Amino acid sequence: MSVVETIQHDHAEVHDPHQQHHFATAEQQQDASKIGMWLFLVTEVLLFGGLFVGYIVMQGRFPEAWKSAHHHLQRELGALNTVVLLVSSFTMVMAVQAAKLNRRKQLIGNLWVTIICAFIFLIVKYFEYSHKYHEGLLPFKAFYSYTGPQVPGEFHFFSFYFMMTGLHGFHILGGIAVMLWILKRAYAGEFTSQYYTPVDLIGLYWHLVDLIWIYLFPLLYLIS
Amino acid sequence: MADVIQQQVQTATISGHHEVDYLSDGNGIKDWLYTVDHKRIGIMYLILVLTAFLAGGLLAMAIRLELLTPARTIMDAETYNRVFTLHGAIMVFLFIIPSIPAALGNFVLPLMLGAKDVAFPRLNLASFYIYVLGACMMLGAILTGGVDTGWTFYTPYSTSTSGSVALTTMGVFVLGFSSIFTGINFIATIHKMRAPGMGWFEMPLFVWGMYSTAVIQVLATPVLGITMVLLVLERAFGIGIFDPRIGGDPVLFQHFFWFYSHPAVYIMILPGMAIISEVIPTFSHRTIFGYRGIAFSSVAIALVSFIVWGHHMFTSGQSQLINGVFSFLTFIVGIPSGIKVFNWVATMYQGRITLKAPMLFAISFLLLFTIGGLTGLFLGSLSVDIHLHDTYFVVAHFHYVMMGGTVIAFLAGLHYWWPKMFGRMYNEKLAALSCALIFVGFNVTFLTQFVLGSRGMPRRYYNYLDQFQPLHQFSTFGSWILGLGFFIMLGYLLASLRGPKNAPADPWGGTTMEWQALSPPITHNFSGTPVLTRAPYDYRNVPQGVDK
Amino acid sequence: MSSHSSHHDHTKLYATTLGGLLVLTAITVAASYVNFGSANIVVAMFIATIKASLVAMIFMHLKDDKPVNAVIFTSSLIFLGIFLGFCLLDADSRDKVVTGHLTWVEEQDREEAKKKAKMSPAADHHAPAAEHH
Ligand SMILES: [Cu+2]
Repeated sequence: MSVVETIQHDHAEVHDPHQQHHFATAEQQQDASKIGMWLFLVTEVLLFGGLFVGYIVMQGRFPEAWKSAHHHLQRELGALNTVVLLVSSFTMVMAVQAAKLNRRKQLIGNLWVTIICAFIFLIVKYFEYSHKYHEGLLPFKAFYSYTGPQVPGEFHFFSFYFMMTGLHGFHILGGIAVMLWILKRAYAGEFTSQYYTPVDLIGLYWHLVDLIWIYLFPLLYLIS
Repeated sequence: MADVIQQQVQTATISGHHEVDYLSDGNGIKDWLYTVDHKRIGIMYLILVLTAFLAGGLLAMAIRLELLTPARTIMDAETYNRVFTLHGAIMVFLFIIPSIPAALGNFVLPLMLGAKDVAFPRLNLASFYIYVLGACMMLGAILTGGVDTGWTFYTPYSTSTSGSVALTTMGVFVLGFSSIFTGINFIATIHKMRAPGMGWFEMPLFVWGMYSTAVIQVLATPVLGITMVLLVLERAFGIGIFDPRIGGDPVLFQHFFWFYSHPAVYIMILPGMAIISEVIPTFSHRTIFGYRGIAFSSVAIALVSFIVWGHHMFTSGQSQLINGVFSFLTFIVGIPSGIKVFNWVATMYQGRITLKAPMLFAISFLLLFTIGGLTGLFLGSLSVDIHLHDTYFVVAHFHYVMMGGTVIAFLAGLHYWWPKMFGRMYNEKLAALSCALIFVGFNVTFLTQFVLGSRGMPRRYYNYLDQFQPLHQFSTFGSWILGLGFFIMLGYLLASLRGPKNAPADPWGGTTMEWQALSPPITHNFSGTPVLTRAPYDYRNVPQGVDK
Repeated sequence: MSSHSSHHDHTKLYATTLGGLLVLTAITVAASYVNFGSANIVVAMFIATIKASLVAMIFMHLKDDKPVNAVIFTSSLIFLGIFLGFCLLDADSRDKVVTGHLTWVEEQDREEAKKKAKMSPAADHHAPAAEHH
C-alpha cells in the first residue's frame, strides 16, 4: 500500500570524507553545488543589472553629460585593467584544471598569479579613484565638487561610475579573500581530482567578475 | 518492507539513538539554534512568521478601528500613516513571502522528495539568521520613528520624508537575501535531491509550485536589493536617479520597485496554489485532474509575472504606449491561473470529499481567490484602472488574493501538515468553527471595500466623507469576526501541543512521500533511502475510509 | 566522478581563448577612436558580447557542462533584457513635457549651487515644450 519502498542504508559503503551525509553520491553533491553557484551568479547578474539599467536610462536623459564626463576617465588605464582581469581569468581556469589533474604545484602557482592580478587591478583602480578625488569628480550631489567646464548631469555619470566600479571592486576584494582561503586549503593538499569543487566554484565566481568588467569597460570608458 | 516500517517505529522510541524523532533529538537551546535540520529550521521560521502575522494582524485591527469614524478615533494622522505602512511592510516582507516557502516548504519539501535534507543545510540556516537580522532592522526602524511612505517606498516622498526610511529599506534589502538563499536552496534541492525513481512528473505539485516560486525569488529579488540601495543612497547623498529635484525620474523608481514586486506577488500566491494542489486531491480521494496543466501553469505564471509589472503604474505618468502593452500582457496571467482553478474543481468533481479542516480552508481559497483573481482583471484593464486606481477597490482586490488566497492556503497547509510537524491532532470542530468565522469575517471586511472603492473612497486616507461611514463600520465589524476566528485558532493549535503525540503517519490518506515518514519524522526523515514506486495522487490502492 | 568534464589538458584551448580576448580588447579600444556615430555603442557592445560568450563557454565550461547550468545563466540575461527593454521603451516614448521640465529643474539647481541667485525666467519657455499653443 505504500508509495515508497525503503532501501536500507549501507553503512559499509566507503565515503569520501568531503561528502556530506545527506547526499547519496559525491557526484550528486558536486552537481548540486554547481547549480547553487550558477544560481548565485544569476543573482549577481541581476544585482549589477539594476545598476546597468539605471546607467543606461540616465544616459538617455543626459546624453551630452555622458559624452563630456567620460573624457575624465583614462581609457588606457581601463584597457590595462581589462587585460589584467582577462589574464587573471586565464590563470584561474588553469588553476581549476590543475586541481582537476592533481597538479598541486600548478594549482598553487596559478592561484597566486590570479591573486596578484587582482591586486594589480585594485592598485590601478586606486590611482584612478585618487585622480578623480583630487579633481572633485566624486559621486552624488553631496560630494561632487568639480568646478571646471561641464554640462548638467555630469554628477549623475560619476554617481554611476563610482557605484558600478565600487560594487565591482568589492567583488574583487571578496574574491581575493576567498582565493586566499582556497590557497590555504590547496597548500594543505585538500584538493584532488576526486574533490576540487571549491576551486571550481571560485573559478566560476572569478570569471563572472571578469565578465561584468567586460561590459563595464566599454560602457564607462568608451562612449563617444 | 513491513519489517522496515516496524523497525522505524521501534528505533524511534529508543532515545539517544539517531533515529529518534526530530523534535526529541536534543532540546537544548543550542540544539535548536545551531541546527541544520530543515525541519527544525522550518519550525523556527514558522514561529517567527506567525509572530509577524500576529503583529501585522494587530496593526490591521488598529487601522480598522481608526476608520470606525471619519475623524480621529484612536490615533492621529501621522501615526495612522506609520501604522498602515508597518502593517503592509510586516505582512509582505516578514510574513507572506517567507510563510509558505521558508516555514512550511522547508519542512515538507525534502520529505516530499524523499531526501534527507535540502541541498545546502548551512545556507538554509544562514537564510534563517539573515531573516532574523532583517526583522531586527525593521523593528529598529519602528523604534526610531517608523516610516510613513507606505510599503512601496515611492519616490520622491520617500527621499524627502523624515523617519527611518533608510533603516527600513536596508531591512528589506537584508530580508531579500534570506529569500534568495531559500530560492537557491530549493532549486538545487529539486534538481538533485529527488528520490530514486522520481522523475520531474512524479513530483508532488507542491514541489512544482515551490520550484516556480524559487525561480522568481532568484531572478527578481536581487533587483529589489539594488533598488533599496539606490533609494538609500539617493536619500542620503543624491545620486540623481529617482529624485526629480536633482534630475532624477521618480517613475523609474516605480519600474525598479515593481520589476521585483509584481513577481513577488507570485512569490506569495504560487506557494498558496501549491498547497491547494495537495489538499484538494487528498480530501477528494481522487487523482489530481490535469497534473501537467497545473505543473506547467505554475512555471508559466512565474515567467509571465516578469512582463506585467507596469499595470501598477497606469496613472504614474509612464508612457501611454507601455500602458497599453502592460495592460494587454496582464490579461495573459489570467490563463494559467484559470487553468489551475478549473483543474482543482475538476479534481473535486465526483470525488469522495471529506470536509476536514484543511479542505474547508482549501474550498474557501477557491472562492476567495477566484474573486481576487477576477477583480485583478478589472484593474488590469487600462480604462477601468484609471477610475479605480488607489481606491479601496485595489485594497480589497489584493487582500482577496493575498489574504483570501495566500493566507487561507497557508492555513490549509498548516492544518494539513500540523500532525506531520508536531505529531499531534488538533480539535477538528474548533478548526471548522474558526474557518467559518475567518471566511465570514473576511468577506464582511473586504467585500465591503470593493463597494467603498468603486464609490470613490481613496486608499490610505485618514479621514473620509460621512457618506462612507456605514460601509467603513461594516468593514471594521468584519475585522472583529476575523480576529475572533484567528484567536480561536491560536487557542486550539496551542492546546494540541500539550496533548500526547497521537497522530498516525498518514492521518488523511495522503499519497505523497511525506506521509510515509513518521509523525513527527525522525531526524534523517526516512530510515534508509526511499524509492518511488508509484506516481503521486494515485488513489487506486488507497483503502477506502482510511480517515473514516 | 565528474563524467561531464573531461580530465584532459586543455591549456592550449585556454591560451588561445586568452589570445582571442586580448585581440578583441585591442579592437574595441581602437574602434572607440573611430567615429561611427551612434553605431559606436553598438560595435562596443557587440564585441563585449563576443568576449563574454568566450569567457562563459570556455573559461566557465558552459560548452561542455550540463545544459541546466547554461539554461540558468541564460535566464538571467533574458530577464535583465526584459527589465532594460521596458524601462527604455518607457523612457523613449514618454511625453516630452516631463523631460523638458526636469532639465529645467536641473539647471535651476545648478544655478542655485553657484549662488548666482537669479530668478530664472526660463520656466515659461521650457516647461510646455510639447504643448501646442
Ligand atoms: Cu501586479
